[in-house]
Amino acid sequence: MLHIVNKSPAERNALESCLRVVQEGGAILLIEDAVYAATRGNAAENHLRDALSRFKVYALTPDLEARGMGDRVMAGVTTVDYGGFVDLVAEHKNCQSWL
Amino acid sequence: MSSIEVNGKSYETDEEGYLVNLAEWNEDVGTYLAQTENVAMTDQHWEVINFLRDYYNEFQIAPAVRVLTKAIGKKLGPDKGTSQYLYDLFPYGPAKQACKIAGLPKPTGCV
Amino acid sequence: MSEGTVKKFMFVNRKAPYGTIYALESLEVVLITAAFDQDVSLVFMDDGIFQLKKGQQTKGIENKNFSPTYRALDGYDIEKLYVEAEALAARGLTEDDLLVDVTVMSRVELGKLMDEMDVVLSF
Repeated sequence: MLHIVNKSPAERNALESCLRVVQEGGAILLIEDAVYAATRGNAAENHLRDALSRFKVYALTPDLEARGMGDRVMAGVTTVDYGGFVDLVAEHKNCQSWL
Repeated sequence: MSSIEVNGKSYETDEEGYLVNLAEWNEDVGTYLAQTENVAMTDQHWEVINFLRDYYNEFQIAPAVRVLTKAIGKKLGPDKGTSQYLYDLFPYGPAKQACKIAGLPKPTGCV
Repeated sequence: MSEGTVKKFMFVNRKAPYGTIYALESLEVVLITAAFDQDVSLVFMDDGIFQLKKGQQTKGIENKNFSPTYRALDGYDIEKLYVEAEALAARGLTEDDLLVDVTVMSRVELGKLMDEMDVVLSF
């Protein structure tokens, strides 16, 4: 299952709620303001690092670049473009958007 | 906004003729709305109208026709809980026509 | 559509009832989905749990109180209502505070259930 998060971890609990529920084999895609969670030095870094050991985590490159964060992505996070976003949705049986 | 006039009092309706403020409803308004739908009200009609108003008061929605049929069967007896019975009373659809006469909004999930 | 395939639909409700329109919108989509004879389940987690709190009185904010409508779901044959245990406890609530019968589930059980769905709709 693919979990899509689009809210900054500093503002909303969407990522936190997602991490509570995601199952083994699940994937997490960070888009829009949620890409801040995948950057070095952010307050949610440890939280996400923990998740990286168990799930595949992706972040959307155009959203990272738009925010000037393209060069700060944490190791272990896979960046994808819009085409990669579509592939992820197609690869998974279902998806949940953590609005 | 349109309006209807019953006993010298004006009532607001939407463009499809549904009463805007259901608290304004009374039996005379119901009878008037029935006339606009060419429905001649009988005790059986009123039984359904009163059921719908009770349902709305309890759940704050107008029921979908399938739900209405089942609930009527439970409350008023299985012979009345059929779509045949309800369509005989309200030929243009029990949910739509009866809801209008009962002063309720158009049902959600009405298909 | 009764002859078609039955799919498993899950509605995930995570927002409190009156601050945003999500809760009401979700409820309306649920009622419409019920007409199509699908396998529907509702999950309430995070602040979405507040949608089911007993005793809502909305007169003062001039909003429609749609909380009684959750009690109509049973009549629409929607009986699978799940609440996340941890989120319930985090809000100082228990099952007795809720206006409908629900199944309280741990987040792990909930995650497994979500994985099994054909379609997940997020609100």
